[in-house]
Amino acid sequence: MATPTVDWFTTGPEPALVGSTCTECGTVAFPPETTFCKNPACAGEEFSATELSRRGRVWSYTDAQYQPPPPYVPRTDPYEPFALAAVELAEGLVVLGQVADGYGVADLKVGAEVELVVEPLYVDEDGEERTVWRWKPVEPHSSVEPVETKESK
Amino acid sequence: MNNEVAVLGVGMHPWGKWGHSFVKYGVAAARAALDDAGVPWSDVDLIVGGETVRNGYAGYVAGSTFAQALGWNGASVATSYAACATGAQAIDTARARILAGMCEVALVVGADTTPKGFLAPNAGERWDDPDWLRFRLMGMTNPAYFALYARRRIDLYGATPEDFARVKVKNAKHGLNNPYARYRKEVGVDDVLNSAVVSDPLHLLDICATSDGGAAVLLTSMEYAKKHGIADPVRVAAVSTVTPTFPQTVIDMPLFSTESSATVPAPERTFKESIGHAAYEEAGIGPADVDVAEVYDLSTALELDWIEDLGLCARGEAESLLRVGDTTIGGRIPVNPSGGLACFGEAVPAQALAQVCELTWQLRGQAEGRQVEGARVGITANQGLFGHGSSVIVRR
Repeated sequence: MATPTVDWFTTGPEPALVGSTCTECGTVAFPPETTFCKNPACAGEEFSATELSRRGRVWSYTDAQYQPPPPYVPRTDPYEPFALAAVELAEGLVVLGQVADGYGVADLKVGAEVELVVEPLYVDEDGEERTVWRWKPVEPHSSVEPVETKESK
Repeated sequence: MNNEVAVLGVGMHPWGKWGHSFVKYGVAAARAALDDAGVPWSDVDLIVGGETVRNGYAGYVAGSTFAQALGWNGASVATSYAACATGAQAIDTARARILAGMCEVALVVGADTTPKGFLAPNAGERWDDPDWLRFRLMGMTNPAYFALYARRRIDLYGATPEDFARVKVKNAKHGLNNPYARYRKEVGVDDVLNSAVVSDPLHLLDICATSDGGAAVLLTSMEYAKKHGIADPVRVAAVSTVTPTFPQTVIDMPLFSTESSATVPAPERTFKESIGHAAYEEAGIGPADVDVAEVYDLSTALELDWIEDLGLCARGEAESLLRVGDTTIGGRIPVNPSGGLACFGEAVPAQALAQVCELTWQLRGQAEGRQVEGARVGITANQGLFGHGSSVIVRR
């Protein structure tokens, strides 16, 4: 049984990021705000949970060809590089995340559409699989067939 | 102008991986700045230290650490921390007290001893710390953020990895004769392109290293400078330490997201644009008045971003400037004549001070082997983690 690393996303067949909406001014934030609204004209301290758009457009992208230092937990030995994307959502914000397994920078372009998926990130010290949100290209640019993703098993 | 202070002395300890205590570099730089000004330590009535977070308690109280190492002289003390912008904030503190008439002679010192490799968060589990979480949840290193900005230049403005490499080639050439630079070796475009890719599209040689180093600036009131026999010192004309304006719509280290522009529209200027803008406003000048710039080239591509953020050319045109040699010494607007971070590597609390040291030498005509002829106005630009703007304008 896989457990999300943080409660910032839903699992299930159509997972979504869970942001917050300020009950005073309506400002949406991700990760979900728990203390103070970021809007300087608002003193709001109460927030409702808001699911963000599952699809967005790539603002930019890169990859990690060297193993990041701790607290990053490598999944494989030897290390396998992964891609990262910053994605613009309809809610007016850009959210970072890793790119889905099986995809690299060659599959991405600024402005391309991507979709949110939930995939395994690492196995924790109790042997439990921990999951995270990732961005998956909707129309891959490479000729490689998209890899089937395991959505919150 | 009545809001100017004099830069009477500057000094640096060479950058490198020396393996000594940061105190040694700071004291060497401080003594060099005092010697440069011909001012005795006993005349200093304020010392401001740039805090270093990787060197234990002595680093947290850097101001008093340096004061004690120089020998207690009773001066007032302050310590500043603003990540990469630490030096500018320390200068701002010193300048404000001088302008308020609360002190006359202020010594600003920053020094660091850095570990090898990626800068990583301190040990321990901190699920509420975005700087810790970005590594745990995404493996998002500092170079990965630099790479996002670099990629946008490629996809939006037609930049190429060769352009980025040319920034390194230029800065390596600039730094060849700088005695304080850590790397003093010519680099070719192919050297950069053949170095390993760290985060696509950035290669190892596109990304700055971390270094040991120390820098110091001696600031005084204009009256003190005059009494001291210096009628026409290099002057600090502006210090910008602005924070962002909500909503911040450009993804910024170490965050997971930008702020939403749905309820409040994006401000007129991005955060980085606002840093230089505030400095220009205070100095009462514009980008066209600038003769030389020292900008924070954490990556080669980031130098191109800064050139545009400072208004030295229009958005998307920095590659054109670079290609025709405008940003090389001898060109229209030389950028990073010191060699920049490409030749230094980053020594966080010293770096913004090192930028001011270089511009001071440039404006005095003392930058031997890398002089920008006739430079009278210089600007620095830099940004510290968690919303710390940093820009200093000096002029003659």
